[in-house]
Amino acid sequence: MISHPMTPVVYRVRSRRPDRVDTVTLTLEPLRGDCPPFLPGQFTMLYAPGVGEIPVSISGRSRSGGYAQTIRAVGAVSAALCGKRPGEVVGVRGPYGHGWGVPAAAGLDVVVAAGGLGIAPLRPVVRALLAGRDRYGRVSVIAGARSPATLMYPRELARWSRQGADVQVIVDHPDHAWHGPVGLVTRLVDRIVFEPRRTHAFVCGPEAMMRATAEELLRRGVAPARVELSLERNMKCAVVRCGHCQFGPLFVCEDGPVLGYDRAGPMLAVAEL
Amino acid sequence: MDAVVIESLEPLIAELRSRGFAVVGPVVRDGAIRFEEIASAGRLARGVTDDQEPGRYRLRETGDEMIFSFAASPDSAKRYTQPPRQALFRMRGERIEEAEEEAPRIALLGVRACDLAAIGVQDRVFLGGRHPDPAYRLRREALLLVAVNCAVPGGTCFCVSMGTGPRVTAGHDIALTELAAPHRFVVEIGSERGEEIVRALPRAPASARDQADAEEVSRTAAGRMGRQVETEGIQERLSAHDSPRWQQVGARCLTCANCTMVCPTCFCTTVEDSTSLADGTAERVERWDSCFTLGFSEVNGTPVRGSNPGRYRQWLTHKFSTWIDQFGMSGCVGCGRCITWCPVGIDVTEELANLP
Repeated sequence: MISHPMTPVVYRVRSRRPDRVDTVTLTLEPLRGDCPPFLPGQFTMLYAPGVGEIPVSISGRSRSGGYAQTIRAVGAVSAALCGKRPGEVVGVRGPYGHGWGVPAAAGLDVVVAAGGLGIAPLRPVVRALLAGRDRYGRVSVIAGARSPATLMYPRELARWSRQGADVQVIVDHPDHAWHGPVGLVTRLVDRIVFEPRRTHAFVCGPEAMMRATAEELLRRGVAPARVELSLERNMKCAVVRCGHCQFGPLFVCEDGPVLGYDRAGPMLAVAEL
Repeated sequence: MDAVVIESLEPLIAELRSRGFAVVGPVVRDGAIRFEEIASAGRLARGVTDDQEPGRYRLRETGDEMIFSFAASPDSAKRYTQPPRQALFRMRGERIEEAEEEAPRIALLGVRACDLAAIGVQDRVFLGGRHPDPAYRLRREALLLVAVNCAVPGGTCFCVSMGTGPRVTAGHDIALTELAAPHRFVVEIGSERGEEIVRALPRAPASARDQADAEEVSRTAAGRMGRQVETEGIQERLSAHDSPRWQQVGARCLTCANCTMVCPTCFCTTVEDSTSLADGTAERVERWDSCFTLGFSEVNGTPVRGSNPGRYRQWLTHKFSTWIDQFGMSGCVGCGRCITWCPVGIDVTEELANLP
């Protein structure tokens, strides 16, 4: 019998790295065979046996070829996944979805804007940009966090800076040791250099952050279709059958999660769409 | 094969059963027409009709010998094409086993044109995309459809507006038209499978009068629709996200999900997970869900659609507008079930007529 689209494949947790108090990055490899290829911005459905299944973006490929997936414990399923130790198994379906338009950024200045955990699905974008650094103009990464303790991937941010990106970080609630800027990510748009009419932007974070950042980029003259966002919606299937992720006429699981602001902007302006 | 006439449904039911089909037909149960397995024609509803209005459903005895004098029942074919609960898989240790898919052969007797259209919509949803559902395909192939041309549409019917009825034109194996004086059925063939079965029945060729009478049944039914919808420009009307009408209907809507449960095309599902206390086997089950529940749109603990107007707008807009964007067809077949079974009598046709 042909496998049902809702049946996961069993993967083993190879490594587990705590990123901050409530967030871990797992690397996952199938018990047999290789991980299917993925595009930056795509996600998998991760199944914690007996608990449930949630969509999680792929934040990179591990050295041994597995998926790196960063998970924050906010509910029963994500908490169960965060608690998985190396050697334990989970179920994986995917990868699914329409990812970031990295090739569309070729020859242009690039702005990567992340709020909180929104940096996880953007990490493969930055890695791809820096791996082909000479194909792009200025590459700026602006990242916001609630506090210095919740800033994601701090060592990687420093590495990206060394590899040729202008990396700027801001926090909303500084501690005594913080000497950087304070406020929301949108404030950093003024601190980076880009040619608005020749700029492509990748934005991910809480919806309010994405809308504010997109509006700021538009105000500066970036074309709406050149501002991409990644939406988060309730998802039970990721294969266009459960109906939960509908966003107007779109299914976020297949038409998204990455959408241009030219399409997403007017729909996000409608409350409860 | 040309149309034929049969005098009784008994030989048809016996023939279907001898071919291994469980025959499921309309019976009177719990004060309503329900679908259940029958062994003989004697179990079928007979001499009853239904009164359907917004929020109202009553059976009434007519005292005649007619079997199919009622309109849509709270059950639809969805129960058989997409069971309310179905096991997806079990996980034992590091092994996942898919649910053993059994697709019993079922002959659905008495489905109407709107129901056939609804099955067509479901086929598009479950088989037409990039992730076809093999379990749905098995169930669908095991289903034989003996349709009936509607004679007595209900007060909430509007299949004529949606272009789906009342006459059966596609999707059936066999189509019956019930005629009175003398009581008989005109039988039309919709598939090779259907023809094979009809050839095994005692039958007579349909006379010109039989055929004219059968056509008259559909013509009369088409003129007796209880409701209507203007489909011209419907997507444009439903793009009025800020209409005050949403607040008005949202104030009446109980978000009880009845409309989505009786709807023959609503396909949304959720999943349930459990672990056996005996041996630790994890199991995953898929079941019907509704966009009227708060949990449906919840992301990180907060629903995207937290208000009644927001959820009602999502349902109506999906059914009549964004469904067309997604699947190239309307999600509504005009059966009227959502109007009849709404406990506060919200009428989709009235809501659509009052949007700008």
